Amino acid sequence: MSTLLKVDGISKRFRGLLAVDKLTFDVPKGGIFAVIGPNGAGKTTLFNMIAGVFAPDTGSITFDGERIENLPPDQICRRGIGRTFQIVRPFPALSVEDNVIVGALMRRHHVSGARAHAHEVLRRLDLYDKRAQRASSLTLPDRKRLEVARSLATGPKLLLLDEVMAGLRPTETDRIVSILKEINRESGLTILLIEHVMRAVMALAGRILVLHHGAAIAQGAPEDVVRDPAVIHSYLGAEDIG
Amino acid sequence: MIARLIEGVSRRALVVMAALLVLLLAAPLFASDYLLTVLILILYFAYIGQAWNIMMGFAGQLSLGHALYVGLGAYTAAALYVHFGIGPWLGLLVAIPVAALAGAFIGFLAFRFKVGGVYFAILTIAVAEFARVGFDHLAWTNGSSGLFLPVAQYAHNDLWLLRGHPAMFYYILLAATVLAFIFCRALLQSRIGYFWLAIREDEEAARSVGIDAFRYKMIAVVISAGMTSFAGVIYAFYYNNLFPEQVFHISRSIEIILGPIVGGIGTLFGPILGAFVLTGLAEILTGALNTLGVDLPGAKQVFYGICLLLVIMALPDGIWPWLKRRLGLAEREP
Repeated sequence: MSTLLKVDGISKRFRGLLAVDKLTFDVPKGGIFAVIGPNGAGKTTLFNMIAGVFAPDTGSITFDGERIENLPPDQICRRGIGRTFQIVRPFPALSVEDNVIVGALMRRHHVSGARAHAHEVLRRLDLYDKRAQRASSLTLPDRKRLEVARSLATGPKLLLLDEVMAGLRPTETDRIVSILKEINRESGLTILLIEHVMRAVMALAGRILVLHHGAAIAQGAPEDVVRDPAVIHSYLGAEDIG
Repeated sequence: MIARLIEGVSRRALVVMAALLVLLLAAPLFASDYLLTVLILILYFAYIGQAWNIMMGFAGQLSLGHALYVGLGAYTAAALYVHFGIGPWLGLLVAIPVAALAGAFIGFLAFRFKVGGVYFAILTIAVAEFARVGFDHLAWTNGSSGLFLPVAQYAHNDLWLLRGHPAMFYYILLAATVLAFIFCRALLQSRIGYFWLAIREDEEAARSVGIDAFRYKMIAVVISAGMTSFAGVIYAFYYNNLFPEQVFHISRSIEIILGPIVGGIGTLFGPILGAFVLTGLAEILTGALNTLGVDLPGAKQVFYGICLLLVIMALPDGIWPWLKRRLGLAEREP
């Protein structure tokens, strides 16, 4: 499989704290790639660098053959990277439908076409019946799905999911896992996710990267990674990984 | 064209709007001179309120210095008329770019260097104040002693030079208000409108879905400033005198934003309703005080303050969203 996203030796320092330390990894096209690690490991910082919120201090990020580490977030989205936020940020006063229309307008110039596409995406994420509700009135699981819908509507090649399963019940987690798997299988969308819910990670990811203190301590297939002594010591602990 | 214009509007809302328009069209036929001047003032604020609402209500950028664009429009057109005999409609072709450029300047400074929220509002006040002081010393426009236009003869209306009866100004402002309403609605239902709302709601999230926030905020401030300058041109030719102390003063900027706040920020009809409620009631109050022989300077300002307080406490989204529900005019569900 060819590489869609190539992260090469990126670092990010916030004053005294080295949040990400010379990190290198490749995300293959069409794959589902998970980044796990304890709190403060630098996962969200990594995401924010890929999504263009801030530029890395060193290193390069190559997406689809193009260097993107110095591009702003809107241009990164236009190149085909969609994202969700760890703390959900739908447009609160807009309806569910309008939230997704905004995303769909990225690659469409007419609102009617964007609305039709938004309806498609909303159906896919089980939100179609709630399309007239204000986003602020949704429950947390719904708001998380709405964020996924909004960024999917921008037509990304790579979707960055920042803890979309956190706070969901197991049945809700299973539902979103199956939706994501379906989308990945049908459209070949590459997914890079940060996740704490090991149930979801094990069910979804084809490959896992374990971050600790901003550096990769393990990388590989899920079955191998969860047996790695360094990973068990720093992150999983004695937790039952099912 | 018309079908597209009224698409998605309920029949009830159409009937109400048509009735309102007919009433306003007929008003000069039966209104007294005094009532007509009040109506002119109302439409003036209804128009500018809509222009301001594009920036604040749609794109979420708080401007507290819209008097700047009124003043630039007024002074540009008036000076061209006084010095070169250039009529207001041609003057408008200069006034709009001048105001739009000023808006672009403020927008560029603020949005490029990430001056947001309250600091952006302060910047808009500051530039308006700079203009006030600057025009106080600008000899070309007579500085602080004021710029005067040759006073109109009411014998006949000259639409081209905007010399004539107040009814002429009334109809011009009515047309401007209606056109602004249609324009704002079209904007809100277009791609740009969706992007503005997204930026207003959450700029970072908007950027994450590919919206170039800088660009769309610039477009908002330029459109809003350009639209506002038209009201300035009308102001100059209606009042026939311009003083920097009056035109650019911060109290003018505040007056502009009261209507939309009371009527409903971000709504289409709110700025118009707000202008009717505030200016209408304030004039009734002034009239009543005059008949009673009570002279209370500043009564109007106190009244504005009370209105604002009541609306913020009881209807923080403004009167229009509430009234719309009461009248059963809420938009049809998709």
